[in-house]
Amino acid sequence: MHSKLIVPELEAVEINGMNRGSFLLKSTLAVGAVYGAAAVGPFVQRAMAQDAMGDIDILNFALTLEFLEADFYKKGLASNLSAEAKELAQLFGEHESAHVEALTGTISDLGGKPVAEPTFKFPFTDEASFLELAQTLEDTGVGAYNGAAPMIESKEVLGAAGSIVQIEARHAAAIRLLRKEMPAPGAFDEALSKQAVLDAVKPLIAA
Amino acid sequence: MTHPEEKVQEQPALRELADDPASRKKFLKLMGGGIAGASAFSLFLAACGGDDDEAAGTTANTAPAETEAMAADGDLKIVNYALTLEYIEADFYAKVIESGLFSGASLETIKVIGDHEQQHVDALLGTAKKLGEPAAKPETTFPLESADAVLELAATVENLGAAAYLGQAGAIKDKAILAAAIAIHSVEARHASALNILTGKSPTPDGAFAAPLSMEQVLPKVKPFIVS
Repeated sequence: MHSKLIVPELEAVEINGMNRGSFLLKSTLAVGAVYGAAAVGPFVQRAMAQDAMGDIDILNFALTLEFLEADFYKKGLASNLSAEAKELAQLFGEHESAHVEALTGTISDLGGKPVAEPTFKFPFTDEASFLELAQTLEDTGVGAYNGAAPMIESKEVLGAAGSIVQIEARHAAAIRLLRKEMPAPGAFDEALSKQAVLDAVKPLIAA
Repeated sequence: MTHPEEKVQEQPALRELADDPASRKKFLKLMGGGIAGASAFSLFLAACGGDDDEAAGTTANTAPAETEAMAADGDLKIVNYALTLEYIEADFYAKVIESGLFSGASLETIKVIGDHEQQHVDALLGTAKKLGEPAAKPETTFPLESADAVLELAATVENLGAAAYLGQAGAIKDKAILAAAIAIHSVEARHASALNILTGKSPTPDGAFAAPLSMEQVLPKVKPFIVS
């Protein structure tokens, strides 16, 4: 089901599976207007302004990010980390590997072909730069899942993505706390577009 | 800092999944089951005095005959459920700030988290008003005996909130409301993670996959905080 939105910012955007879109999206943006458009605007607009991707494409996109995160923690563990950072890297690395497993299996179960694991390079040189990059990657992961979620057609896949993004958000907050930053940068996590995520991770992909 | 992975007792299947990656094939089925619990939905309808039960079945199938009005009705109930939880959270932090139990950096952090909850209330209240009749603001009571007990309670409430949002993801019909709920869900998760660490618990008590909670599971847990 496709419907054209009447909201000016989103006029050009056709949303897959979105019925009653104009009325409800306007209402949500109106909430943003009450509270300052900046608060509610970005997550709705960016989540909605995605290129159309099917569930398998979305899962493969997520799989690439999970490959990246799993490898990142593996390389972090091989570096010189304090006990506290090492403990988080160990635990979070295990989670990311479990996400890789789950996504790979889900893609296969749905009849898709899981993407191959790329080769990554991470520019951290010490614990401080490792944790800084960890925060960026986890925050980007949250934004990527949040951005893709409204496009997911299957309730089961949506539930799985939700279950994983909650873990990414918990990782992000834990690393932020360790870095003495606010665990939640705002009241609403921003949705990132596919392009924004690609731009963020492209420098980390070697091949 | 030790964070033994605490397993969720009510979710043996998730524990199995965490322990054995090979069982991930059950994962989708499990998540689907957690989301589409029709009995939980029915209970919530009863809890909020709804007299229509047509929405209860809509999570289980695509229901091509479903009308837009029915979808909006289902979304209103979910938005009102979230609004009630956010009212409770916002009230909780307001009372914690008033209590004088915290000062300095801790107080500042609590104010930031409380402000997030208030923003969630404002956003959900606005959305509920557009959809129909918003849930009334409950009158709340919390045991605010010590700073430690308050942080424990905060961690409990935030973990509950994150699981509650996750439990509704598959039931929300409108994509914009879903986007809003998701943007709030991960913030509740961030709060929960930080408060878990501050109270000496694992940031990720469910392991690699967060467990959803149904309305039926969440409502009895928040009932003690509601006076009327």
